[in-house]
Amino acid sequence: MLWLTSSMALISVMLLLALILLLGWLAVSGGANSGQAAEAGDQWASIFFMLQHGPAPYNDEGIFAAIVGTVTVTLLMTIIVSPLGVIVAIYLNVYARDTWYTELIRVGIHNLAGVPSIIYGVFGLGFFIYVIGGQIDQWFFSAALPRATFGTPGLLWAAVTLVLLTLPTVIVATEEGLARLPPSLRDGSLALGATRFEMTFGVLLPAGMSSVVTGIVLAIARAAGEVAPLMLVGAVKYAPTLPLSSDAPFIQLEQKFMHLGFLVYDLTLHAPSGDGRIALIASIALVLVFVVMSLTTFAAVLRGRFRMQYAQEALF
Amino acid sequence: MSESGDGKRDAFIEASRVSLGSERRAPELDVQAVSLSYPANDHALQDVSLKIPGGRVTAVIGPSGCGKSTLLRCFNRMNDTIDGCKYTGSILLDGMDVLSGKTDVTELRRRVGMVFQRPNPFPKSVYDNVAYGPRLGGISSRRQLDEIVENALRAAALWDEVKDRLDAMAVTLSLGQQQRLVIARAIAVEPEVLLLDEPASSLDPISTLRIEELIYELKTDYTIIIVTHNMQQAGRVSDFTAFMNAGKLVEFNTTDRIFTNPVERATEDYITGRVG
Repeated sequence: MLWLTSSMALISVMLLLALILLLGWLAVSGGANSGQAAEAGDQWASIFFMLQHGPAPYNDEGIFAAIVGTVTVTLLMTIIVSPLGVIVAIYLNVYARDTWYTELIRVGIHNLAGVPSIIYGVFGLGFFIYVIGGQIDQWFFSAALPRATFGTPGLLWAAVTLVLLTLPTVIVATEEGLARLPPSLRDGSLALGATRFEMTFGVLLPAGMSSVVTGIVLAIARAAGEVAPLMLVGAVKYAPTLPLSSDAPFIQLEQKFMHLGFLVYDLTLHAPSGDGRIALIASIALVLVFVVMSLTTFAAVLRGRFRMQYAQEALF
Repeated sequence: MSESGDGKRDAFIEASRVSLGSERRAPELDVQAVSLSYPANDHALQDVSLKIPGGRVTAVIGPSGCGKSTLLRCFNRMNDTIDGCKYTGSILLDGMDVLSGKTDVTELRRRVGMVFQRPNPFPKSVYDNVAYGPRLGGISSRRQLDEIVENALRAAALWDEVKDRLDAMAVTLSLGQQQRLVIARAIAVEPEVLLLDEPASSLDPISTLRIEELIYELKTDYTIIIVTHNMQQAGRVSDFTAFMNAGKLVEFNTTDRIFTNPVERATEDYITGRVG
């Protein structure tokens, strides 16, 4: 599977180069002679300007805020979904007996993977935001009411909604990875006096780590490019401040955030035409692809490391 | 004839107790009326009773599916991992009933080590494989672990071959070396009983020979029970032999007697290759 990692890395590098060339050329041709350049140059100059500062209705951060928003919500999702998915997979594979009940859970999880993402958005809005968020506001932020703190779309609920969306992917990949391990590993570990917990975390999980990371890579790939559910649970076309800050607690979980995918959607439908709008959209789309690629490449490289560390193939 | 045979056997057991000395005690296992059923097989074991002497090698032989591996997996409760497996009877180890619901299974498995049919090293380094058991037991000092690993590998006659590559992945060793590695891994926990489930069935003749030599060397310190398909092997390595058929214990005696002068017709037929 080395070819997969390396080809993904290659594609990422090519995208990176393309992007740098584009921006570099824009900087030279557009930025230098802003006034009396050819019309095309003008167009590019304005795109570059907008990439930096955002088009008229947007903030001065340009797409930077959207990049930060996309990466933040995806990483937050990853941090929550990885342990959760792995724990569920361990329960199903190691602890649960094979009964109709566990089979039902398994079928349910497989089916969840096929639910359209907008449904998750609606569920997130209805359950997480109105029910849970509303309750949190009642308990902890009653002073601020009727202005909602957590009872309104925000970063946390967007991340949690994406967790629901990607949970089946992580569970299925991890469980299949565990099931693929030879049963003799379990026997060998138990026969040395390991508890099931020690067996799982000392032998099975390290041996199946590349499957776990594969599941996480797939989850990131799906979540980072997702727009539809986010429109309902926290992504906005303009957020005055970033969800991250240099002061504690560093991350504003209740804040709304900008997102590259949403920006593409919004510019396409709602931005004033002219000023190289199409080229701007294409540029942002390219940046989105690059961000998704970077996240998945990082995870894929991580997987490659685990694979080598445990030399899983040598077992079979 | 059978009376003199039993007399000899008991005398032999007595002698083996004495020769062990006080340094290490390899306990005997007293199997009393053990019956076991799986969902797929109601009579996997039927009323099996025998006393397995300490500090000796006992071979369990019999045709495929006769329950010899099942019996072996009773001694360390590995049958517990199979859904729907039920058993009755008792196996006494130093007065502790192995099959009792109150027995701490992880503690039991530290006293009763097991080696499986196919080598099953963990996807870790040679060192970490051997150190796995001691680490579970709470030993974390590197010096102590180094010592345990070296001793276990020496005891398993593998030290000279792997001492320069303790950090190599265990799966890079040859199959025969892997099997000796998992024996070392089992020894490292300092068990009193070693269960060997056809330990040489996947190995070439030379590796098999080395395993057999190893069993011979280990038997002074451990009570060893070996399940084998290979009659010659049972004859070579064991002091006692139990012959099983269809979930029942047919005959149990010294290996010499079982092979030269068995009491039961079924045993003789199996040994001489007429059935099985």
